[in-house]
Amino acid sequence: MSIRRFALAALAGLSLSATAQAQTLLLNVSYDPTRELYKEYNAAFNKHWQAEGNDPVTVQQSHGGSGKQARAVIDGLKADVVTLALAGDIDELYRLGKLIPEDWQSRLPQASTPYTSTIVFLVRKGNPKGIKDWGDLVKPGVEVITPNPKTSGGARWNLLAAWAWAQQKYGSEDKAKAFVEQLYKQVPVLDTGARGSTITFVNNNIGDVLLAWENEAFLALKEQGGENFEIVVPSLSILAEPPVAVVDRNVDKKGTREVATAYLNYLYSEEGQRIAAKNFYRPRNEKVAAEFAKQFPRLELVTIDKDFGGWKAAQPKFFNDGGVFDQIYKVK
Amino acid sequence: MSRRISPVIPGFGLTLGYTLVYLSLLVLIPLGAMFVHASQLSWAEFWAVISAPRVLAALKLSFGTALAAALLNGVIGILLAWVLVRYTFPGRKLIDAMIDLPFALPTAVAGIALTALYAPAGPVGQLAGEFGLKIAYTPLGIALALTFVTLPFVVRTLQPVLADIPREVEEAAACLGASPWQTFRHVLLPALLPAWLTGFALAFARGIGEYGSVIFIAGNMPGKTEILPLLIMVKLDQYDYTGATSIGVLMLVVSFALLLPLNLLQRRIATP
Repeated sequence: MSIRRFALAALAGLSLSATAQAQTLLLNVSYDPTRELYKEYNAAFNKHWQAEGNDPVTVQQSHGGSGKQARAVIDGLKADVVTLALAGDIDELYRLGKLIPEDWQSRLPQASTPYTSTIVFLVRKGNPKGIKDWGDLVKPGVEVITPNPKTSGGARWNLLAAWAWAQQKYGSEDKAKAFVEQLYKQVPVLDTGARGSTITFVNNNIGDVLLAWENEAFLALKEQGGENFEIVVPSLSILAEPPVAVVDRNVDKKGTREVATAYLNYLYSEEGQRIAAKNFYRPRNEKVAAEFAKQFPRLELVTIDKDFGGWKAAQPKFFNDGGVFDQIYKVK
Repeated sequence: MSRRISPVIPGFGLTLGYTLVYLSLLVLIPLGAMFVHASQLSWAEFWAVISAPRVLAALKLSFGTALAAALLNGVIGILLAWVLVRYTFPGRKLIDAMIDLPFALPTAVAGIALTALYAPAGPVGQLAGEFGLKIAYTPLGIALALTFVTLPFVVRTLQPVLADIPREVEEAAACLGASPWQTFRHVLLPALLPAWLTGFALAFARGIGEYGSVIFIAGNMPGKTEILPLLIMVKLDQYDYTGATSIGVLMLVVSFALLLPLNLLQRRIATP
């Protein structure tokens, strides 16, 4: 009796949720610091999508470490779109899962990267250690906070930015490696993710300088009211390009290709770009970039594709087993 | 048929079948899958993964800190169980309930709280720093987090056993001329030892695999404060599934090799 009643209730619940799903449901699997960005963007896109005469669309968000998120999608999480920290993680969706075509990055403008960021320094108020550029990080007594590049996408950009500066400054790979090695000698804690490092630096008061995503640094300033920290922009950094992609296999199964594609395309619209900029991501659109020019300081930016031969070359050289990072931390 | 005493739960065949299915689904198949996945590597490749200096350093650290935490809880756990069983005092029930908190709390929350407290800038960490002691971001901090997480095991396994030993036994020992130490050593300890070993083994095993609470306080410096479960995560982040499972297999084998003798020893003591 009670079982039958339970079954009926469950059926009723099912039919209820079925009617509720007359509106479209999208799953956006993203990395850690984009929470605020996509919350705002999803609402804006829903409005735009309905204005074009479509059913309302609800976008569910999932956040976590970039690599972990990619693995979840490969292992069967039914993401319609992925918006991850680096192209290398989306490449794996092709390599290990065959969920997307190999040339996924050429399907959207600007190598499928609607917004960018860079790596800057967050220092304590008044910059007591006088940190102005990468070279100051290896001065005696300076403690540097950065996450572990093995487990954090952001930390990989950090290491590459340091490398790029040193290579330009000293002119050789060997010297760049020596510089990066000294830099990591001054790192007391290697957290597993960017947020972990921010907590170590901001809440636990460890270290003199935090190497951070520009958007994370702005966010930390916003939340702390700018009283305890300031941002230092180095002379040279790396253009961090977090790309986006429609997951072909999933959208074809779910029949959501059209809306998923529109969802990503709208990121390139003026409104999408403005939302990205408001959330401290550098917009690609020149008009919007001009509006926010004051927010984003100009600096020389190297890129992963031009200066490091893309992630396909950089990942094994720097971060896989036996790469530069492992050589730095050689365990005797 | 009619002469057999029927057990409380009927049907040996059914219950055994259920047990086997249950264990297979939850334990055997996942662990078996791990071995199968790791077997994609040849012996030489497997050996290269698990004999890397970093893996060995992490192995030593993980097992060492788990052992330290289990031993500490083994000693303090007897004391806690003793106080909670043998004495009545105001607030006893409350303290008794608190013992389980480390189980209830998400381990990451515990890790962040411990780090905030024991980091060089934290209240306790600052105090310790004045004595030249660094707790967070050292193996000491890892052992501390593990001690917190595994606290309930020894206490909870000892409590019912202690409660079952009547006070009269101690009195009888005293009447026969035993000193308090002799009573403890020859009367109480033998009765407690099997349960204590169980609690110790549980705490030890739990400590080896613990990830969430340790990762914040460890500092994660390769070769120094990098635990084995973190190395598994590192391999996964490189999409190196076989490497990750190889370390998993290594942990499983070493844990089993340590837990099996403990289990046998406990049995021998329990059935003299």
